[in-house]
Amino acid sequence: MRPFSLETADDLAEALRLGAQENAAGAHVRAPMQYLAGGTNLLDLMKLDVMRPERLVNINGLQRQYGMIEADGAGLTLGALARMSAVADDPVVRRDYRVLSDALRLAASQQLRNMASLAGNVLQRTRCNYFRDTSWGACNKREPGSGCAAMEGVNRRLAVLGVSDRCIANYPGDFANALAALGAEVTVLDGAGGTRTLPFEELHRLPGDTPHIETNLKPGELITGFRVPAGPWTRRSLYLKIRDRESFDFALTSAAVALDLGDDGTVREARIGIGGLVAKPWRSHEAEAALRGRRLDEASAAEAAEAAFADAVVHSETAFKPELGRRTLVRALLEAARLTI
Amino acid sequence: MDVLLTVNGQQHRLDLDIRVTLLDALRERLGLTGTKKGCDQGQCGACTVLVGGRRVLSCFILAATVDGEVTTIEGLAGEGDPLHPMQQAFLDCDAFQCGYCTPGQILSAIACVQEGHAESEDEIHEYMSGNLCRCAAYPKIVEAVQRAKPLMQVQAKESD
Ligand SMILES: Cc1cc2nc3c(=O)[nH]c(=O)nc-3n(C[C@H](O)[C@H](O)[C@H](O)COP(=O)(O)OP(=O)(O)OC[C@H]3O[C@@H](n4cnc5c(N)ncnc54)[C@H](O)[C@@H]3O)c2cc1C
Ligand code: SF4
Ligand code: FES
Ligand code: FES
Repeated sequence: MRPFSLETADDLAEALRLGAQENAAGAHVRAPMQYLAGGTNLLDLMKLDVMRPERLVNINGLQRQYGMIEADGAGLTLGALARMSAVADDPVVRRDYRVLSDALRLAASQQLRNMASLAGNVLQRTRCNYFRDTSWGACNKREPGSGCAAMEGVNRRLAVLGVSDRCIANYPGDFANALAALGAEVTVLDGAGGTRTLPFEELHRLPGDTPHIETNLKPGELITGFRVPAGPWTRRSLYLKIRDRESFDFALTSAAVALDLGDDGTVREARIGIGGLVAKPWRSHEAEAALRGRRLDEASAAEAAEAAFADAVVHSETAFKPELGRRTLVRALLEAARLTI
Repeated sequence: MDVLLTVNGQQHRLDLDIRVTLLDALRERLGLTGTKKGCDQGQCGACTVLVGGRRVLSCFILAATVDGEVTTIEGLAGEGDPLHPMQQAFLDCDAFQCGYCTPGQILSAIACVQEGHAESEDEIHEYMSGNLCRCAAYPKIVEAVQRAKPLMQVQAKESD
């Protein structure tokens, strides 16, 4: 690991002051200042020499202020520093926002979930082998303009939705796909103390020509929390994750679904997130539209899955993924319809 | 950098490079080599310790940022004292072969029971999946967790 300085922020004003001393692009993989939350992604990438921050600002002291899990009639408020394990096990989240609890419970291991924060989780970086191994020269995400070794290389675990001709990395997280599906918002503070709220779907960027810029966060901006609106669909919800290993593995494919069904099984509202094979946290508005007003059965679920993967782009080892993704979504929808709530 | 660590009830003041992980501080500065380094990348669980009673990976924590008391395998039972029920259960069930993963398994298993995530065989499988065993002693590890659980609960009641 390269040398760095470590500062500790015990309150918000201090965190922002320390964070705001930064001028370079905040969302850049190689940004020189990084907030340290659980450290489970940041320290990993620093040990690998992929990330090379000069300054870390430890924000774990903000957990007292931003570690909340609070539900009311209008929705669910989750603090940026709430731990994955605490949210996964929260009885209200489990009952009323099951898809969020599932997505967290099926991610990583209990040790990692005890350490990792929600904001760090949504901002985790791809597991693309060439990104993580600096002995490879060609990686546009790590070294802008250097090319992409994965395009013709080992890419079985990478994305088929949202990719560009510069980068086909997948966004590896689970929880963020559920947040996207439920139409969550993220609250962000800037160095001057200004607050901005943006739709969670707009937090991450598609790779396009600049895969090294991963989010729309500005330099020094700090995520303070997430707001998930209530809706009649959040209870009939689940996260289905398909992996090579039965547990403690990233998703090959996944589906976050939430349904509001009429008595006759007609879909009043559907919320659908896709994971594992997406370039950024993914909500499929196309699949949702295909289901609205239809009776939920195998045929309509299959049509929704067709719509979700209509724009899939495959590479040497990913030809199997759209079909696996479609089947994952169909199964998730049918299972959600059968839940007793 | 001056770092204050409380490990197994003992306070230590260490002068550490800021980059030193809790895992390396335990093994190389405090001589507590029971905590193992498997991958150093969060993937194996061999470095599992308890901080403030919660199981975490010591390879992913900077020693300078540790917030709470650290418990390692060396801290579970004093010299001459009976073993912790989980340690004894691992012996009784023959829940290891080479033993490299075992300290991490035992600490993880203790936390798994205390969290209330050891209610069924399936649940133990799921909540112990962060601890890999290259010798694949998994069935006996699950057995050990199931054997130690009621003994830990009795102990917890007695100390109430
Ligand atoms: C072996 C292994 C398996 C895993 N499996 C899964 C899995 O199956 N599914 C899954 O979803 N995840 C998985 N993960 C990823 C894990 O969930 C993430 O590493 C973790 O959630 C990151 O959270 P953190 O708090 O540790 O983030 P950190 O490492 O502390 O931070 C990550 C990034 O976010 C930034 N950041 C953190 N907090 C803020 C904030 N409040 N505002 C602005 N920026 C911030 C940091 O500066 C850094 O750039 C796995 C990880 C490992 C090591
Ligand atoms: S897919 Fe993206 S992250 Fe992977 S090598 Fe190509 S540019 Fe780098
Ligand atoms: S050494 Fe920490 S998880 Fe492997
Ligand atoms: S006993 Fe050998 S690795 Fe588990």
